[in-house]
Amino acid sequence: MELRTPLCAWHESHGGKMVPFAGYRMPVQYETGVIAEHRAVRTKAGLFDISHMGEVLFAGPDALANIQNLVTNDCAGMPPGRVRYTPMCCENGGVVDDLVVCRMGEGRYLLVVNAANRRKDVEWMRAHLSGDVKMEDISDRVTQIALQGPAAPEILKKVAAPASIPEKYYTLVEHGTVGGISCIVSRTGYTGELGYEFYTGPKDAQKLWELLLEAGRERGLIPCGLGARDTLRLEAGMPLYGHEMDETVTPFEAGLGFAVKMNKSDFIGKKALEGHESPERVRVGLKVTGRGIAREEQDVYTGGEKIGRTTSGTFCPFLQAACAMALVARNSSAAGTPVEVDVRGRRLPAEIVPLPFYRRA
Amino acid sequence: MNLPTDLKYTRSHEWVRLLGGGKAEIGLTDFAQKELGDIVFVNLPQEGDGLVPGETFADVESVKAVSDIFSPIGGTVEEINEELADEPEKINQDPYGAWLIRASGVKEGETLLSAEEYRAFLAGKEGA
Repeated sequence: MELRTPLCAWHESHGGKMVPFAGYRMPVQYETGVIAEHRAVRTKAGLFDISHMGEVLFAGPDALANIQNLVTNDCAGMPPGRVRYTPMCCENGGVVDDLVVCRMGEGRYLLVVNAANRRKDVEWMRAHLSGDVKMEDISDRVTQIALQGPAAPEILKKVAAPASIPEKYYTLVEHGTVGGISCIVSRTGYTGELGYEFYTGPKDAQKLWELLLEAGRERGLIPCGLGARDTLRLEAGMPLYGHEMDETVTPFEAGLGFAVKMNKSDFIGKKALEGHESPERVRVGLKVTGRGIAREEQDVYTGGEKIGRTTSGTFCPFLQAACAMALVARNSSAAGTPVEVDVRGRRLPAEIVPLPFYRRA
Repeated sequence: MNLPTDLKYTRSHEWVRLLGGGKAEIGLTDFAQKELGDIVFVNLPQEGDGLVPGETFADVESVKAVSDIFSPIGGTVEEINEELADEPEKINQDPYGAWLIRASGVKEGETLLSAEEYRAFLAGKEGA
């Protein structure tokens, strides 16, 4: 059985090429294609249906204490409207998921988790709750839409008053109004561009989607699918759970040490991570220098010796280059190191480069 | 669905243009290029390579994935389409013009379909 977001019918009647993803029927692209959609986000703007993501509400006097125990980042002292990115680890220090913690009003917190991990995360979190806390999986009641690209701010200004528009990156407005529709407006994204993510109820989803498309039409806003979402995040050097990290990879190995606060009194996985802040293997970027495309799960060699494995790889449509991320031995991870990737039996030359591959101007 | 009647087709969505004198051109159908999405890379064989009906002789890469291309015919690779090295998107834009290889010494494979048979095959797929 495949879950449908409130926008499914819209995608189907507007040329969406529908595919199964994380139990949902989602558009991987529209008739424009992945490349055009990717480039639109880099040069103008794109609109994404990301309703498949999971949303979990925490409330009650011990909400923060529970979140602090579950995640590696320090979420104390977040004022309402602040958003923080964090891994969530298991006892052995491996990553259960990466997510954002949003501080809402009245001591409530909204956690936004990966679609593919929603049920796992909810079970995990529920199993580790203690004290006076209420946890609720509200994913099925929330539609999430992302507006991303250099034109995003001016598009949003056409349909939302300044009070509804979060100014700083990683902040949100809880009670925003966009085109008359109540929604959370979050200045966050997974593309490496300026942009916003909107959370609203299913009944207003299509209206919000259509009014944003209309507001952005002159600026070149187009709907974009999951294909472009993946190429954009990869080009921007952003990790994807299940690729750059999973339960066998620590946040330090994944390059997420900035979101691990070892001076926090305790959190699940802290003990296992102690002393491992400088791990034996690290995440690097690879730029292919030969002819071909490196993909995920391919062995990486230098000087004939295997040093690691790719975790993601594709042809990046804006940079027009094949790029990949890999987990390799720290002592072979210096930028500039020439490597070879085993692509279906052929050794493809590449070079270790600093991340991200692309950074917006 | 665009299906030129002067071509032969396979169930794996390749087309063959028989040129006479034992020569042929091979490419991907409109259905194939739509399924693949934007093509970003083409891996062609070398001139002189042998071709066996039903066996992989090339692959194309879309943003997301690699797809093997199966030879409709037996023979030898005579020429590869160099244009596709720099402009693989030609396969999406002009699937029946963007030939991948030209072959010589061509022997027809057993399972080549006419345009009508391929159309019926596609229709059957959609109904499944």
